[in-house]
Amino acid sequence: MIEVADLTKVYQMGEESVPALAGVSVSIARGEYVAVVGPSGSGKSTLMNILGGLDRPTSGVYRFEGEDVGGFGDDELAGFRRRRIGFVFQSFQLLPRLTALQNVELPMVYAGLGGAERRARASDLLTRVGLGARMGHRPTQLSGGQQQRVAIARSLANRPDLLLADEPTGALDSATGVEVLQLFAELNADGLTLAIVTHDPDVADQARRRIAFRDGHIVSDERRAAPT
Amino acid sequence: MRFFELVRFAIGAIIAHPMRSVLTSLGVVIGVAAVVMMTAIGMGAQQRVTESISGLGSNLIIVMPSFQRGPVSQGAGAGQALRDADAEAISKQVEGLAAVAPSVSTRGQLAADGANWNSRIDGVTPDYLLARDVTVASGRMFDPGEARQGRKVVVIGPTVARELWGESNPVGRRLRVRSVPFEVIGVLATKGQAGFGQDQDDIVLAPLEAVRSRLIGRRSRGDTVSVIYVKAADAGGLDKVQEDVTNLLRAQHRIRAGEEDDFATQNMASILEAMQSAIKTFTVFLAAVAAVSLVVGGVGIMNIMLVAVTERTREIGLRMAVGARRSDVLIQFALESVFLSLVGGLIGLTLGVLGALGIAKLASWPAAIPAWAAPLALGFSVAVGLMFGAYPSWRAARLDPIEALRRE
Repeated sequence: MIEVADLTKVYQMGEESVPALAGVSVSIARGEYVAVVGPSGSGKSTLMNILGGLDRPTSGVYRFEGEDVGGFGDDELAGFRRRRIGFVFQSFQLLPRLTALQNVELPMVYAGLGGAERRARASDLLTRVGLGARMGHRPTQLSGGQQQRVAIARSLANRPDLLLADEPTGALDSATGVEVLQLFAELNADGLTLAIVTHDPDVADQARRRIAFRDGHIVSDERRAAPT
Repeated sequence: MRFFELVRFAIGAIIAHPMRSVLTSLGVVIGVAAVVMMTAIGMGAQQRVTESISGLGSNLIIVMPSFQRGPVSQGAGAGQALRDADAEAISKQVEGLAAVAPSVSTRGQLAADGANWNSRIDGVTPDYLLARDVTVASGRMFDPGEARQGRKVVVIGPTVARELWGESNPVGRRLRVRSVPFEVIGVLATKGQAGFGQDQDDIVLAPLEAVRSRLIGRRSRGDTVSVIYVKAADAGGLDKVQEDVTNLLRAQHRIRAGEEDDFATQNMASILEAMQSAIKTFTVFLAAVAAVSLVVGGVGIMNIMLVAVTERTREIGLRMAVGARRSDVLIQFALESVFLSLVGGLIGLTLGVLGALGIAKLASWPAAIPAWAAPLALGFSVAVGLMFGAYPSWRAARLDPIEALRRE
């Protein structure tokens, strides 16, 4: 599904050029569950941003289902994010003024879905993540774990091909972190492709593939059999 | 569908901070209110002037002697005064006339039944009524016979009637004008407080000959008139009549080509036009000054929108991450700015209309709020919102989603 070849990304910091990715090649197949690990500044977040269509590579090839995402313009990238990608962030990134239901509806608004259809699907998704009873709550009225589950429901709104998560358990205590991981495992079991940037060894353990970064390079790429 | 949702986002953001939104739009409120009030005041003034000038009589040309300004001062009224012969010549030789009314004018003390009043006394012919669009409310006007004979009868304006007799009917009473006894035979209909602050109802009309012989008498020749009112049959013929009267009087007064007229003709229609255009200019000037406060209001909106973009950087980043195009973000913030301004415009329009009505009431002025004030005020608010929302919205749309999501 994803093919990345010789990808580089260089940030221009004033006079200085800071390389974040120095020639990364990797491919991810549909249905995989990938953990991306490495110290901060190793380039893993940069790769995730490029995979998610939030950023463009300096050079190299990024193909998604055969499409040359690396060559997309702004509006094409927005459409790509809308249709293909679901994002889950460490800090949840829910809009505080909106209810849980409205937060989940948001991606569908930009996809142009009608109000009734949006509400039906958003409430299905919230029920699926176990928040069927809290749809009218605002983020401040929810616990961290609940907020992250709302965010996951939102990431699934437009039936993405790829779910990208950046430290999804980083802001949660270990018990709620486990719940969130459980949810990821279920989603992957249903066929969703997952790529998760993490420091959390539990996450890395759960994934069936583990890609390690250092200094803008992939230093290891290990696969394991599915956990029993 | 999608646009409607962006409208909802924009309104949601405005409602989220009601106090701030109202304060932000205050500048536009004041601006729009000021523009509406200034326009209404200008239109009121215009209406007032139109009424008062038309009150002098429609299709009217006023002929007066002019005071020549030559190298040698010849004194007031030197050269030639207007004469009865001039009026006769006009009425006989100029075509397209409805009435010609020569008149002499003086002031004098009136006394009747123990009351006193000082008023203007005009010696006129019966055609005066037609020329000046005046009607008699009670009693009658003197007839041409009485006018010729110089009978000592008067028709008085309502103000004179009220001052001397209060509510009781003055017809048939005796009125002493500068100690000369006259009989009141009629009362004019009210023309109202028109003119330029003068009361057109404060007047006494008497036969031309009576005023000349009894009141002005020794002080001038017996055939002098101070004003000739010439009424054209229709508005279209007014300019032609004015030209004909001028040519006729020049011939009558033996004025050679190249010499200045020794009389002046005033076309009321052209005076009205000049006054109206002067007031219009003044109104536009006032409204333009008021519009400056609209610009100040716009800057206020821009300021708050820039703050909002900074505050909501993460929201913008998130919206982009879930698939909003840059144009979606741009439109959302532009709409927010337009709605802020539009709310200000609506409040300002309401206040402006109320203010204009209040001023009209205080100044006993006709309240003239033009129908186009509402669409104009709201149109201006939208324009201000768009103009001053453009830069903040553009800033929002240019944000880098990664940077934006990272912002705390």
